[in-house]
Amino acid sequence: MLDAGQTEENLLEVNNIEVIYNHVILVLKGVSLNVPKGGITALLGGNGAGKTTTLKSISNLLRSERGEVTKGSISYRGERIQDLAPSELVKKGVIQVMEGRHCFEHLTVEENLLTGAYTRKASRGDIDADLQLVYSYFPRLKERRRSQAGYTSGGEQQMVAIGRALMSRPETILLDEPSMGLAPQLVEEIFNIVKSLNEKEGATFLLAEQNTNVALRFAHYGYILESGRVVMDGPAQSLRENPDVKEFYLGMSDDGRKSFRDVRSYRRRKRWLS
Amino acid sequence: MPEQLVFAMEVFLNGLMAGVLYALVALGFVLIYKASGIFNYAQGVMALFAALTLVGIMDGQVPFSHLINAVFGTEIHHFGWHLPALLAIVLTMVVMIALAWLVNHFVFRHLVNQEPIILFMASIGLAYFLEGMGDIMWGADIKKLDVGLPQGINSAIDEITFGIFDYGFFIDNLDIVATGIAALLVVGLVIFAQYTKQGRAMRAVADDHQAALSVGISLNYIWVMVWSLAGFVALVAGIVWGTKSGVQFSLSLIALKALPVLMLGGFTSIPGAIVGGLIIGVGEKLFEFAIGPMIGGATENWFAYVLALIFLVFRPQGLFGEKIIERV
Repeated sequence: MLDAGQTEENLLEVNNIEVIYNHVILVLKGVSLNVPKGGITALLGGNGAGKTTTLKSISNLLRSERGEVTKGSISYRGERIQDLAPSELVKKGVIQVMEGRHCFEHLTVEENLLTGAYTRKASRGDIDADLQLVYSYFPRLKERRRSQAGYTSGGEQQMVAIGRALMSRPETILLDEPSMGLAPQLVEEIFNIVKSLNEKEGATFLLAEQNTNVALRFAHYGYILESGRVVMDGPAQSLRENPDVKEFYLGMSDDGRKSFRDVRSYRRRKRWLS
Repeated sequence: MPEQLVFAMEVFLNGLMAGVLYALVALGFVLIYKASGIFNYAQGVMALFAALTLVGIMDGQVPFSHLINAVFGTEIHHFGWHLPALLAIVLTMVVMIALAWLVNHFVFRHLVNQEPIILFMASIGLAYFLEGMGDIMWGADIKKLDVGLPQGINSAIDEITFGIFDYGFFIDNLDIVATGIAALLVVGLVIFAQYTKQGRAMRAVADDHQAALSVGISLNYIWVMVWSLAGFVALVAGIVWGTKSGVQFSLSLIALKALPVLMLGGFTSIPGAIVGGLIIGVGEKLFEFAIGPMIGGATENWFAYVLALIFLVFRPQGLFGEKIIERV
């Protein structure tokens, strides 16, 4: 069951990867996932489940943090990509928007956006046109284009980070925790923009998110990670209706909302793995 | 006009010129610090190394000749040519770019994401290595550097001031040229950093390595570029200082003079390096002139450091340093 705009062609295939940090810390224990072209795929799970590590092993930002993919393979359009430098991946159309925004604080908003076009050999006119496109999705950034990014609000910084990625003309955007630290209203706003980027610009998203509720409303397909493993996957709709997901990730059960604390321990242990 | 005031004016002008020379060294520090967070202790030695290489290439000295002669029992010292200054400067720049690549490839590339203190220690190591390397390559004797920069008293200023004040100012031609060069360098560097794609990437790397990587900026490329730029600045400083006082070990100690300049101007600001240099230059000369005689002189040795200390207490980021952006 595929949603509108989604095709069956897989852009990105992650096959059973294992990631080790600092040669000793095993973080991912065999994660496999597929990202279909034109879809929004969500990567869900709690803190430390391995969402960020999965994204970073795809974008290869892992190596600068002393992490390493030791097993498995990652391919993009059928081509092995795990030995490529991040800059080569950006040229291929895969770009990551990092968790916690990571703007260049001392650069202005517009300069931040322009750095996104670093790998492109486009004319100034093309880049200006793309800048206008980004401003059309994020009108707020246009107002603040001359201010230093470090002085803009959290929501605006998230917009800068996404806009900056857009400037590279990406095919696939790896979006890490866009809701982090933002007010619910802003989260909604950001996700709506993601949705319209997906529909209008045809951008493919792989989204890591702790906010399961929002993510499953906007995504087409979801993977649930726990302790470095995929424990469940399925179309967003069916995940939303799954009683275990409801109970553990959406904080609901058949008898209404329920705190995780009240769940009996044997029930708690029933979490899909072990 | 009272005589004291006229003297003070001359001292002021000389202070400005000295300040420009300090600023020239400070610039190299700022470039590297901005882009990689490394406080490059080796900047002064780089200036010495550049000057040594320049003299060596100009005079057709055989590098490592002492070593070669000692090992093989040969007696070679010179290639027997004498290159024009401009060509020698270009060749020296090539050497400095190669050095930048080597430094990044063998040292700092492996220290990404390390604590600042570790980077600092590495740069101290680099300083001693380069110092020894310069000695082995070109010999430890004091050399004279003459690339054709004008030297000696500027007679025009002497005559004009004599006409006005009845007292001719002593301003060295070399200082005037150095001021011009420094001004050009600063304008060039500011334009580069603010308005070019690579300059923007350089500032981006300075702000956030990880984010720069994520948008596809190659850190190694930027770092080699920045070290090359710092090498170029070191070369310019080496030429000016080397012409002024000969190419010798003490050249590397000018780095210590750059320190208070940086504290005043801010470690991250290119114009700050210049203004800081001018303030230190003028300040120490005027202080020596006005207060020095009362407290036994030799104030130039410590004035700059005391001024820097005061600045550290009241404005730690310096005059032009980037504001430390803190959001709550």
